[in-house]
Amino acid sequence: MEILVCVKRVPTVGGVLTLTADERAIDTKTSGFTISPHEECAVEEAVRLVERFGGSVTVASLGPVAAEEQLRACLALGASAAVLLETADGVETGPIATAAALHALAAAGSFDLVLLGNEASDTGDYQVGIRLAHLLGRPAATGIKAISVSGSSLSASRTYRGVVETFTLPLPCVVTVKEGINLPRYPSLPGRLRAKRASIARVPVAGSGPVTDVLMTRLRVPAAPRKQATVLGRGAEAVPALVSVLAEIGVLS
Amino acid sequence: MTVFCLAELDGDAVADASLRALTFARGLAASAATGVAAVIFRAPDLALPPELAAYGAGDVFAVAGVDGYAPQAWGRALAELLDGAASSPGHVVVAAGTERGHEVLAHLGAITGLPLAANCVAASPAGAGGLEIVRQRWAGLLLEDAALDAPAALLTVATDAVAPEPAAEPGAAVVHAVSPSVSDADLVVRAAESPASAGGASLATARVVVGGGRGVGSADGFAPLEELAGLLGGVVGVSRVVTSEGWRPHSMQVGQTGTKITPDLYLACGISGAIQHFAGCAGAKHIIAINTDPSAPMMTRADYAVVGDLHAVLPALIEALRARALGGVCLAERVRERA
Repeated sequence: MEILVCVKRVPTVGGVLTLTADERAIDTKTSGFTISPHEECAVEEAVRLVERFGGSVTVASLGPVAAEEQLRACLALGASAAVLLETADGVETGPIATAAALHALAAAGSFDLVLLGNEASDTGDYQVGIRLAHLLGRPAATGIKAISVSGSSLSASRTYRGVVETFTLPLPCVVTVKEGINLPRYPSLPGRLRAKRASIARVPVAGSGPVTDVLMTRLRVPAAPRKQATVLGRGAEAVPALVSVLAEIGVLS
Repeated sequence: MTVFCLAELDGDAVADASLRALTFARGLAASAATGVAAVIFRAPDLALPPELAAYGAGDVFAVAGVDGYAPQAWGRALAELLDGAASSPGHVVVAAGTERGHEVLAHLGAITGLPLAANCVAASPAGAGGLEIVRQRWAGLLLEDAALDAPAALLTVATDAVAPEPAAEPGAAVVHAVSPSVSDADLVVRAAESPASAGGASLATARVVVGGGRGVGSADGFAPLEELAGLLGGVVGVSRVVTSEGWRPHSMQVGQTGTKITPDLYLACGISGAIQHFAGCAGAKHIIAINTDPSAPMMTRADYAVVGDLHAVLPALIEALRARALGGVCLAERVRERA
């Protein structure tokens, strides 16, 4: 199987989110970068499918040159080639333009399967995979928590409101996955060494002209909704107060 | 303009997430002096879910001829509906920010070339046919103010940020039967449904969630949490470390990459409160935290906090609730005896 996995470089967020002075991005002076847990699982799933059926995994990212760091991390996990769809530093690419750029790459190769995370952890647009599938003219399934391949068809399932939904897709197709589909491996030492030396293809993404998309004006950190907590007490001694609160909230029948 | 709202059905009722979407759609429609038209995928001759009128739907488009759930066919049907709607500009299509809502509107966006704003918390008309929106990024840890200027606007609603509110005046809910012309290609991907193997109650819709984190200590450590959840008619949810440790499956994870919950009570036990966890539980009406560390983020951001080891607090709490229930039964018996 030839598999393309699309990943996105995003800041590692820990305790507090702070914004840049122009309120258009997260201040990353003190943070590292990563890819979303969904995407880590997409890479792992691709590597497992290739270990089973043969073929190769190509990983692609649309982003600045610095996103090579994330591509190398994916190479260390078992991807065999990486492509950077290079954008200018500090430029945010919306979902419509992102899907178009990924389409140019995906259509040029002969991939049996394109895997993405269900949504990027930063912008959370929930649409790039489906827009890409339409551009490629291929079927898509999203939010997937289990994949199995047999012959020329792929079975993808997820749980929705307590019901397991299983979709059967002919290959080639596009699937977006969620964390929990697998437990990603840690990179091996040989994998890391190989990733360090690997060459990464760079394809500049030209500004594709004006695209009508959601136009961000500014970002805000929502005001912390919770007041200082009322301390009910220490240890088991707090239980009577705790029971009163439960009764007050109305969760005791 | 019309505000269309995809109403997902849960059995014969409108799904809770879609009640929130209908509430959002009604607010937007009111600020634009227009009405809400609900869209359901069900034969028009079946009895209408009463929630549609209660939540203010003036019209209901009942889409027939698409059996079961086929995301691209649902997107195609919405595209046809939009295409056939009055030629006034600025129609809006709203759906709940659920897996189905997101993917159906993404298909609609791909079919029509229209932009889609996911997980909106507010929207209001701005200029000729445009919208000003506020949407969630980072699963709600950040808000984005944005402008949406397109021939029609596609929005999903952040279901943890909008509470369901019935309309002051019920809508007329006039039913219009719709039979879209979907192609075979639109029907290639369709859901085959089977009951989930484990866990009946759903984390996403539970009224009470008892959360467990690193402080639970082991897979076996969840026994008191499960017992308490049972007593409160709730379910157990976990933080990411618990699934990474393999103590509980990922399906129980609350957070940015797990499930977003909207219970009346979230009782967080031994959870320090990483920012990604808050993204999943910020929609809880009340949060009570139990933790040995009083300075843990979960403790400071909760409504109520108990400083202590959950393995000491929970057994005492369970005992107190049992005694209380028993007391209630005894009291009832005494009342019956007296009567």
